Amino acid sequence: MSSPSSYYIPHEAKWPIVGSIALFAFFAGFASLLNGGGWVIMAFGAALLVYMMIRWFGDVIAESENGQYSAQVDVSFRMSMMWFIFSEVMFFGAFFGALFYARTFSGPWLSGIGEGGAAATNAVLWSGFDYVWPHNGPEQLGGAYEKMHWFPLPVLNTLILLTSGVTCTIAHHAIKEGNREKMVKWLLATCALGFFFVFMQGVEYYEAYAHLNLKMNTGIYGSTFFMLTGFHGFHVCMGAIILLIVMFRGMRKHFSATNHFAFEAAAWYWHFVDVVWLGLFIFVYIL
Amino acid sequence: MSTAAAGHHEHDDHGPAKGWTRWLYTTNHKDIGTLYLLFALVMFFIGGGMALIIRAELFQPGLQLVDPLFFNSMTTMHALVMIFGVVMPAFVGLANWMIPMMIGGPDMALPRMNNWSFWIMPFAFLLLLSTLFMEGGGPAGGWTLYAPLSLQGPDSFAFVIFSIHFMGISSVMGSINIVATIFNMRAPGMSLMQMPLFVWTWLITAYLLIAVIPVLAGAVTMLLTDRFFGTSFFNAAGGGDPVMYQHIFWFFGHPEVYILILPAFGIISSIIPTFARKPLFGYASMVYATASIAFLSFIVWAHHMFTVGMPLAGEMFFMFATMMISVPTGVKVFNWVATMWRGSMTFETPMLFAIGFLVMFTIGGLSGLMLAITPADIQYHDTYFVVAHFHYVLVPGAIYSIMAATYYWLPKWTGNMYDEKWGKIHFWVSTVFLNVLFFPMHFVGLAGMPRRIPDYNLQFADWNAIATIGAFGFGFSQLIFVYVIFKCIKGGAKATDEVWDGAEGLEWTVPSPAPYHTFEKPPAQYS
Repeated sequence: MSSPSSYYIPHEAKWPIVGSIALFAFFAGFASLLNGGGWVIMAFGAALLVYMMIRWFGDVIAESENGQYSAQVDVSFRMSMMWFIFSEVMFFGAFFGALFYARTFSGPWLSGIGEGGAAATNAVLWSGFDYVWPHNGPEQLGGAYEKMHWFPLPVLNTLILLTSGVTCTIAHHAIKEGNREKMVKWLLATCALGFFFVFMQGVEYYEAYAHLNLKMNTGIYGSTFFMLTGFHGFHVCMGAIILLIVMFRGMRKHFSATNHFAFEAAAWYWHFVDVVWLGLFIFVYIL
Repeated sequence: MSTAAAGHHEHDDHGPAKGWTRWLYTTNHKDIGTLYLLFALVMFFIGGGMALIIRAELFQPGLQLVDPLFFNSMTTMHALVMIFGVVMPAFVGLANWMIPMMIGGPDMALPRMNNWSFWIMPFAFLLLLSTLFMEGGGPAGGWTLYAPLSLQGPDSFAFVIFSIHFMGISSVMGSINIVATIFNMRAPGMSLMQMPLFVWTWLITAYLLIAVIPVLAGAVTMLLTDRFFGTSFFNAAGGGDPVMYQHIFWFFGHPEVYILILPAFGIISSIIPTFARKPLFGYASMVYATASIAFLSFIVWAHHMFTVGMPLAGEMFFMFATMMISVPTGVKVFNWVATMWRGSMTFETPMLFAIGFLVMFTIGGLSGLMLAITPADIQYHDTYFVVAHFHYVLVPGAIYSIMAATYYWLPKWTGNMYDEKWGKIHFWVSTVFLNVLFFPMHFVGLAGMPRRIPDYNLQFADWNAIATIGAFGFGFSQLIFVYVIFKCIKGGAKATDEVWDGAEGLEWTVPSPAPYHTFEKPPAQYS
């Protein structure tokens, strides 16, 4: 714990209320879109949210560059980022939990395996259903489909992400040595790999929809597949954008060997999406 | 955005900003704490109004006042409002006010994010409550939003889901802020085991929130995609399982129950020593008991689902794990009683509420133990016995602790003593009506009256009429609470700095009312 002689306290915050209005518009707009309304309110909310983030982070970056932050503030930022990532881990945990539950319990029960009423449930409601993973349920929702094979696209994507983890670490070592130029270069490589991953994920989705008839409504397999890979892809997008911003800041001569929290936060986040992908690759694609 | 470094050479002693925008832009933990507490108070009356609609309908058997769909949306909304709009924000408000003062810090660790955590709440509830005015009405499938019933609800469903995401953002940011504050802003030299118990219980609560709110977000996201995007997480025809929703929901829901009570334990652990004029008995065991309860809360969730058809091994595991929780809880109750033992007790209003908590929370705890027993629960499940149980832990538990905390710290917040006579009247009237309201629910529940149904068999009529009288009595006696609070804000006998003569802790070393910025320089006691 640091023992400060003075504290840093910001005194007015105009952006939070803008953020609340933005989120309200986004959520209300999204909900009415789902019920057949227009997209304008949602788009307004999203745009305002992005604007708010640019301005709020802009203020924070300016304060940081002016040297207004003490070591204590730095510790607060680090703790917050760590626990934010932990909350993200739990968010993915819900979807992984759904996948494991469906594979360990629901599927076998529907096919009559298990104690209690499983056999009767199968005989009365879903007779003839045999459990094999993947499946789209006893009523074969979404129709006949093919499973997404782990080769070649997912393997390629795994290699892309793992490589991006390496380039990110090289960039980190560079800034720790005070070599900003090298950091920017390797960050550029990391971002490029990140966006390439997202692009390949898009190709994979196109394959799934166009050729495999694997869709979100393809029973529990399609549900878990698209929910897990979709949220992961969204997080990769976010992570790549964050790294891109860090890179631009590096080009503007931000960061030093001792002061580069934003870089490290982005890197932690990047490694987090990396690890989630490994879980996905194993449990969604291979096993 | 103006900023300044507190305690720098250029002085920074200015008070609150002028005008109403002060409340919109504030980064001050006291302002934000006040906002949270006032928000909770307003929502308390909204949620209470819904409860009175429910009780009015149940005054007599038969359908009289509202149609069943609206009745169902009242039970749903009453729970969502009371849990997410009253108890949680009130505890966060207390955390905002008290934690920085208790640990000798200048403010919360992340003051701007703190502002956002609060200002999300009114918008999130606007989104939630607006569903009541939409075509088809609000959500009516119960606050747990069980699939498939909730999926068959009205079009407003998406608004409900997003309002839960919205509140979740606030909760996670608020909890992260509290964790960072407690770890990073303590007075130099203050060790973790020197922290007041309110700080400890909130630290553990914050971890629970960070761990489970995202799980709730995931669960309701799956509801959303099941309804609007064709997924089949909770649809057996597609290989999913409605029971899976219950598992994921209660993995959030059971820790949530402790989120609603652990800060209360911290409050009671502050108040009882003050008015017994003895240090808290077994401080370390209180900390360990709190941590044990938090750990156990993650492995008991399926006791909400004993009748759903789980494998026998599951029923047994969750039964025994649940019963284990009574051990650390028993340690706490024992410690509170032992703190009072041979103390020089006085019975000011906060102490009355604390003792009321102790007695009536224990009643709720014991009925919880009954519900933990799987074979017995098959009889009690979804009856008014369950309603009686959780209202005994939440109303004279969580809500009483919030009221006790309000009376206890109000003089520190406002600089004025509250009206002791009316405070005591508030306690006694509330306590009498509360028991008239909730105790009979045990009887009708054991006799088989189901919850969440607007009509009932004739043999339950008498106790229901009595409960409704209790409900209106309890509801209207809360106006006394509002009267005492606003009277205290406006004036009254000046409070001393220490306020209570047995009180210990850093918050009693600063003037009353607490200055706008406390501890711009760290206090020296601990270094």
